[in-house]
Amino acid sequence: MRCQKLLAKRVQSFVAASFLMLAGQANAALTIEIVGSGANQIPVAVVPFAGESQLPQAITAVVAADLQRSGLFKIVDPAGITPEPHEPSEVNYQNWRARSAEALAIGSILRRPDGKLEVRFRLLDAVKQAQLAGYSYVVDAAQLRATAHKIADLIYEKLTGDVGVFGTRIAYIVKSGKHYELQVADADGYGAQTVLASSEPIISPSWSPDGTKLAYVSFERKKPIVYIQSLVSGQRQVLAQFKGNNSAPAWSPDGKQLAIVLTKDGSSQIYLINADGSGAKRLSYSSSIDTEPCFSPDGAFIIFTSDRGGSPQIYRMAVSGNGAQRLTFEGNYNVSPHFSPDGKSFTFIQRANGSSFNVALQDMASGQVQVLTDTRMDESPSFAPNGKMLLYATEIGGRGILAAVSSDGRVKQRLSTQSGDVREPEWGPLLKNQ
Amino acid sequence: MNKILFSTLLVALLAGCAGQDVKDQSKAGVEDRSAQQGAQTAPSDQKSVGANPLTDPSNILSKRSVFYDFDKYDVKSEYKPLVEAHSKYLTSHKDAKVAVQGNCDERGSREYNLSLGNRRADSVRKVMNVLGVSDSQIETVSFGEEKPRATCHDESCWKENRRADIAYQGE
Repeated sequence: MRCQKLLAKRVQSFVAASFLMLAGQANAALTIEIVGSGANQIPVAVVPFAGESQLPQAITAVVAADLQRSGLFKIVDPAGITPEPHEPSEVNYQNWRARSAEALAIGSILRRPDGKLEVRFRLLDAVKQAQLAGYSYVVDAAQLRATAHKIADLIYEKLTGDVGVFGTRIAYIVKSGKHYELQVADADGYGAQTVLASSEPIISPSWSPDGTKLAYVSFERKKPIVYIQSLVSGQRQVLAQFKGNNSAPAWSPDGKQLAIVLTKDGSSQIYLINADGSGAKRLSYSSSIDTEPCFSPDGAFIIFTSDRGGSPQIYRMAVSGNGAQRLTFEGNYNVSPHFSPDGKSFTFIQRANGSSFNVALQDMASGQVQVLTDTRMDESPSFAPNGKMLLYATEIGGRGILAAVSSDGRVKQRLSTQSGDVREPEWGPLLKNQ
Repeated sequence: MNKILFSTLLVALLAGCAGQDVKDQSKAGVEDRSAQQGAQTAPSDQKSVGANPLTDPSNILSKRSVFYDFDKYDVKSEYKPLVEAHSKYLTSHKDAKVAVQGNCDERGSREYNLSLGNRRADSVRKVMNVLGVSDSQIETVSFGEEKPRATCHDESCWKENRRADIAYQGE
């Protein structure tokens, strides 16, 4: 008995010491490489803002990099045009038209007496010679990068008509040897923070709709258990710790419930559970594997993976659990469905030609399938909150990396760290107060 | 025979208690009730440890792995004798307990593989059930594709990882 107690105590202190490493700065940032571009790129110039050379963070470099990475813009070089314009009155539009720029971002940064920075920014239409947008922000120096993403979002929105997602964040797992970290970073890979570090696997991170929490599956107690962790306080709670496996958390759009997968009644089945861990209710009743639930944006349906027809395919059921219908019919291995933000399509992984696993997109209305990638070992795709890009995990040269592809398949990016395998990404939501 | 098993358990337990590897020792997926039992029946015959049929390489009971085809979870006929031998051992050693651990190769979805690993562990449990082994002696656990035994990225490793392992409590 004494021995058992001692064991239990040691296990506890081990858990406390090494599993809960919260919100530390991660040492390796993700770096992004662009490997494709859009068909029609909008030529835009981002002129260095007045006063930014004295700051630790050059705002306009971040803005230009954001726009360029989206694949939808061609960045026009402002070098050599003098004087460098910072106010509309200083703009000689002919200079910019000569360089084919269709739009022009100008601005200035002033240090106020209270130490804060005032960032002024205008977006100008170089063809119509008119202002498209004008904003000013009062921020701390630490917020300059976030401000740059806001400006890039505004330019993106004004020039493409879609919502920008440069200010959003992504979650993913890094595995180095036998060390696992759940990390959160800006969508451009900067500012990586470790949410959880563990010597046992972590999988399936899932963002709460308000972006303040992550649900995930951790094997730290030698079997899969679902946790919810606050990104604000770092505190976490067990969501589901039933007999057998607990996995595949997916938030309902209102953030009040999650769909999860449990094996407590036999094979993997889908359950609904309140976000506080109460009221687990079984939704699917098959003798097969039912897993990877994902809510439709209106909260009325759940799409999921099931092998009830003999091979894993994507199905849809009402959130009551009724009326399951098969959605995929091409190939014998279709898994990991995720709805697009407008609910009109879903992405999933399709095994094609027997050996290659690719990100695919299926239209809900027509059932038409488009394969978006040419990598070979793709996993866990999810949409950016504007539906224009998808983030997924793949493998290059035996190493796990993240990649992104536009929903038309044209723009491709790779995100990798200097060492270790990166996997299990999920793109976070748009934050309401941005 | 009980004594042999208990002495093995006790040795493992003492090692865990005195030792370093607390983390791995504590919860290998089996609920650990061995401490009380082991303590109550301290064995005297240490020599019999070496003759443990579970670890004797010439005994089929030393073989612990059932292998599967891609995306499959049926126990193939070539592994039936292995599962039968363990079933026979378990029915004649009611105090023995096993964890059946399901594993998958790295291809495809991690969550689907977690479920598939569960089905693989379950397939072994069901064969054991048919052969008279009580559910109270078997716990199933899935590691999905998270704990590969072989780490290369081709079929030579993948076939090693599509596997269910039978692990006796205390090992």
